[in-house]
Amino acid sequence: MWLGAWLMALVPMAGAAPFEDSMAQRMLACTGCHGKDGRAVGAVYFPRIAGKPTGYLYNQLRNFRDGRRSYALMSGLLATLSDEYLQEIARYFSALDLPYPAPALPNLSPQVASVALALVEQGDPQRKLAACTTCHGAALTGVLPHVPGLLGLPRDYINAQLGAWKTGQRHAAGPDCMALVARALTIDEVSAVSAWLSSQPLPADTRAIAASRLQRSDTERPACGSAPELEGGSR
Amino acid sequence: MSRLRRAGVVVGLGLLILAAGLWWWQAGRSGVPLSPPAELRAGAASRVEQGAYLARAGNCMLCHTPTGGAPYAGGRAIETPFGTVYSSNLTPDRETGIGTWTSVDFWRAMHEGRSKDGSLLLPAFPYTSFTQVSQDDANALFAYLRSLPAVQQPNRAHALRWPYDSQLALAAWRTLYFEPMAFQSDPARAPEWNRGAYLVRGLGHCSACHTSRNRLGAVDDRLDLSGGPMPMQNWYAPSLVQASEAGLGEWSSDEIVRLLQTGVAASASVIGPMAEVVLHSTQYLTPQDLRAIAVYLQSLAQHESTSRASGVAPAPAQASALGADIYDTQCAGCHGDNGQGVAGAYPALAGNRAVLMTPTANLVQVVLHGGFAPATRGNPRPFGMPPYKLELDDRSVAAVLTHIRSAWGNNAAPLRELDVARYRGTAQR
Repeated sequence: MWLGAWLMALVPMAGAAPFEDSMAQRMLACTGCHGKDGRAVGAVYFPRIAGKPTGYLYNQLRNFRDGRRSYALMSGLLATLSDEYLQEIARYFSALDLPYPAPALPNLSPQVASVALALVEQGDPQRKLAACTTCHGAALTGVLPHVPGLLGLPRDYINAQLGAWKTGQRHAAGPDCMALVARALTIDEVSAVSAWLSSQPLPADTRAIAASRLQRSDTERPACGSAPELEGGSR
Repeated sequence: MSRLRRAGVVVGLGLLILAAGLWWWQAGRSGVPLSPPAELRAGAASRVEQGAYLARAGNCMLCHTPTGGAPYAGGRAIETPFGTVYSSNLTPDRETGIGTWTSVDFWRAMHEGRSKDGSLLLPAFPYTSFTQVSQDDANALFAYLRSLPAVQQPNRAHALRWPYDSQLALAAWRTLYFEPMAFQSDPARAPEWNRGAYLVRGLGHCSACHTSRNRLGAVDDRLDLSGGPMPMQNWYAPSLVQASEAGLGEWSSDEIVRLLQTGVAASASVIGPMAEVVLHSTQYLTPQDLRAIAVYLQSLAQHESTSRASGVAPAPAQASALGADIYDTQCAGCHGDNGQGVAGAYPALAGNRAVLMTPTANLVQVVLHGGFAPATRGNPRPFGMPPYKLELDDRSVAAVLTHIRSAWGNNAAPLRELDVARYRGTAQR
């Protein structure tokens, strides 16, 4: 069933376009899974990469290559690439400004939705759990240059990432703020947040915001090694 | 006690005594003169630089650095048919590295495969090749390693199955397969050829992959560089002597140099384990050394296969409609309607030896897991092949590869589903 969904969603590599000496041509090795132009669509596991902040994409490419993230196909593909080329790849996909598909149909009860909404917008001060919006922006479209947007991603992908942080399969440069957040969440909360995020419509402006536009929040912002410009602890 | 059992005990005891004798004999032998280390010459900086270059030639860093970890601090897991070997810390840390080693200790490790305390090293450290490295070069390498920042990281114990983890087993192995030896230059050959031979047989340790190993993991000198499977990595290192695989008799030395320097040549590119060799090692060698390697490898080209296949033409592949269909929708966009490829970007498939050679492991690996040519100084923005593991099932991969091996004048044996299935789930990392 899973495989079936992948099969249908994968874009045939071939077709028509004549060879050109371009980044788009070089990145055909990526778009088989991440969708044409890095814009994964439909019921796929793989995340959209088009339009994500450059620094975020570069960090993830290095994390896969250097073993901090664990997905054998990605690690194998990147094993022979240089930092400079990974930078260029990150810039290429980041610069793609393409429309988002409609979000997944919401399939969650009002109770689950309210659990998710509370975590996303308020966090849980008692557990020192920051709201998602504290770092990912009020509209959850990400913050330049290192923090990704959280909308327009497949539910299974978000679930898998939070699960991987909980179990130590995914790491970021220390201090690994998302590992702290994920470990503080229960499995039910992970599930609720993933379902909620994947079913949200995108705002009119889907681009990541500048860090200066990040609003102050009620919960403490954890220190993040992969986004050092966002100082932890600001209130 | 039955007679049979008694005989078994006697034979067992005899073997033990023999093994103990071997160990004593091995332990007592040391070809290294125990004179004080040759004084490191003046000009230490250039010595370190020379050592850094030699470390590239030996690709020391790749095995002695864990993925994403501190360079030369060791701890990388190296899978072998006998268990997992963990590389050691080569930084000058006094407690966990080689900070208390002398250049003589280091030379003995390279030349004799012995640690500072005299214990026998595992041949996963390719001292069967490094034994031919000159003492002068070993000293330079040591000077370079001494110049690295010390990293405190204890060595991890190997996880080898009994009896491969014992000194006794190593002693027996060495008696059968290892003799310290100096590189013998051939006065009948030009200095360039001899330099190439020295690099290929010594630091380059090319035979570690390109020569097949026996059941005890020893390379067979008689089959030197005639190709071999890489059992744990599930790739096949092609023969460097046979024209049907990667023999270089038909190649110009310019093209060989280009391949080793950039990862891409007119009629071939490297992918998989060799891409890591080009990335970390050969791209840094001087054009003179690369040319020397080319000249030496060209001189090996020739002899028809002695060990395998013995001249029987492979059964021609039976093209299927499924294979042709998949080719048209998935492959033709880059590799061309007639398998002609695009020079410098996508390898031609028509007439390509890598497509036609008998072992098909590499073809299956590339289709399942994809890959990029290495991002080298000479080819910093390589093109890539997407992985098809999730998109094509075993039958489809077999069908499309069978099609590729039989179209456009290609004429090689078909693949079965089983030829694909055995490599699914063997991604590199």
